[in-house]
Amino acid sequence: MRKFGKPSPKPLAPSRFNQEDLTGQLLVTDLQGDLKYQASYEKEAIWQVLSQVQDPEIPSVSILDLGIVRHISVHMRQITLAVSPTYSGCPATDLINDLIMEAMEGAGYQNVNIKQALSPAWSSDFITQEGREKLKAVGIAPPKGMVSKASLIDRDIPCPHCESQDTRLLSEFGSTACKALYQCNDCREAFDYFKCI
Amino acid sequence: MNSNTTQTTALFHYLLRLADSNLILSQRLCELCGDAPSLEEELAISNVALDLIGQARNWYEYASELDPLKRNPDHLAFRRDAHEFYNFLLVEQKNGNFADTITRQFFFDAWHLATLESLQDSNDERIRSIADKAVKEVSYHLRRSSQWVIRLGDGTDVSHEKMQTAINNAWRFTGELLSKDEVDDMLETDGLIPDASKTSQLWKHSIETILTQATLDRPDYAAWMYMGGKQGEHTECLGFILTEMQYLQRAYPDAKVW
Repeated sequence: MRKFGKPSPKPLAPSRFNQEDLTGQLLVTDLQGDLKYQASYEKEAIWQVLSQVQDPEIPSVSILDLGIVRHISVHMRQITLAVSPTYSGCPATDLINDLIMEAMEGAGYQNVNIKQALSPAWSSDFITQEGREKLKAVGIAPPKGMVSKASLIDRDIPCPHCESQDTRLLSEFGSTACKALYQCNDCREAFDYFKCI
Repeated sequence: MNSNTTQTTALFHYLLRLADSNLILSQRLCELCGDAPSLEEELAISNVALDLIGQARNWYEYASELDPLKRNPDHLAFRRDAHEFYNFLLVEQKNGNFADTITRQFFFDAWHLATLESLQDSNDERIRSIADKAVKEVSYHLRRSSQWVIRLGDGTDVSHEKMQTAINNAWRFTGELLSKDEVDDMLETDGLIPDASKTSQLWKHSIETILTQATLDRPDYAAWMYMGGKQGEHTECLGFILTEMQYLQRAYPDAKVW
C-alpha cells in the first residue's frame, strides 16, 4: 500500500468522534468543542470532492457509489481517508488512490493520507442504490440480493439489456475479477454480472 | 532467543509459506495468458491469478514487518532464491494439459479455502482481516475448479481418462498440503493458526465429494508423497519460474521507473 504524507498525529484528548481502527491506533479524530461544526462542514465538503472520483474500470460509477471509502477523519489540518479494495488483487487500487489524491489536491486539500482498510472486508452490499442503477445503465448487471441472504450460486440474473430472466452463466470470471460473464438466452447478448461477494 | 522471538520467526515463516504458494501459483497461471483453451477460461485463469497475487501482497506486507532482515514486500518476492521460497511443491508444477492445470488448482483451492476459513478464527487480528477478505475470493476459485473436475471427469471417455491421469500424477504432491512441522506446531499451540487436523478433514471432504461426483478414483492417502517445499527444498521447476519472474528486479535492482 502506497503511503501519502505522514500518519496523523495522536490527538491531545479523546473526543466523542474518536474511533479505533483494527490495529488499535486512533484513526478517526475530529476537532473538538466549538470547532466541531467546522469539522463536520469540512467532511461534507470532502464527500463532495470524493463523489467526483470515478472508478477507472467502471466509468460513470463513483468510488462513493461503490462504497469503498470507509472513513474520513479530519484532525487539525490532517485528513485521513480509509479506503477498502473491492478485491485483494484489484489492479485499480493504486490508481484509485492516485485519483483520490489528485482530486483532493485539486480541491485545495493538503496533508491527505490514505489508509487501506481490509477489515471489515468490502462487500457488494456496500454498493449504493444509485451505484446499482448506474451499473445497469452501462450494461453491467448489479449484484443480486444481499450477501447475508444470498447463496453462493447467483441464480436468475436478469439481463441488463432486455430484462429477461432467462440467462446463463458463461464463466465465473468476466472482464475483471469482480464480475462474472453471463449470456441472455432471449436477446443473446453477453453481459457482465457484478458478483455478490 | 526468547520465546517471543521464536514465535515471531515462526510466524514470519508461516506467512512466507502462504505468500509464496499464492505468488508461485499466480505466476504459473499467468503463463496461460494468451494460451488458454478458450477466451472465457483465459479470463478466469488470469482473474484467479490476480486474486492470488493480491493476497500474496497482503501476506508479504505483514511478513515484511516481522522480517529480521527488514526486507520490503518486493524484495521478499523478487530477490530471494529458490531455497528461501517456502511454497508447496504442488503449485510450482508445470501447467501440463488443461486437466493438469485444473487438478493442481482444485487440490490447492480445496486446501486454500479450508485454511482461510480456519484462519478467520486466528487470535491474530491482522491474519483474520486478510483471511476475511481472501475467503470470499477463494470460494469462487474452488467453485470453478470443482465444476471443471466434474465436467471433465464425468464427461467423455477421453476427458475422463485425461482427468484421472492428471489426478494420479498430482497426487504425490498433496501429502505436503496436510503435513505439519515445528512452525505449524508452535503457532497452533499459540492459537495463531488453527488446528491442522480440522483443515485436513475439510480438504479430504472436498476431495472425496467432488471426485465421487466426477466419477474419478481417489488415490490412496497413504501413498508415497514428495515433501520439502515448506522447508525450502524444491523440485527443479521452481528455479525456472524464478529466473523468469525475477529477471527485471534482479537486472535493475530498486529501479523506480520502468
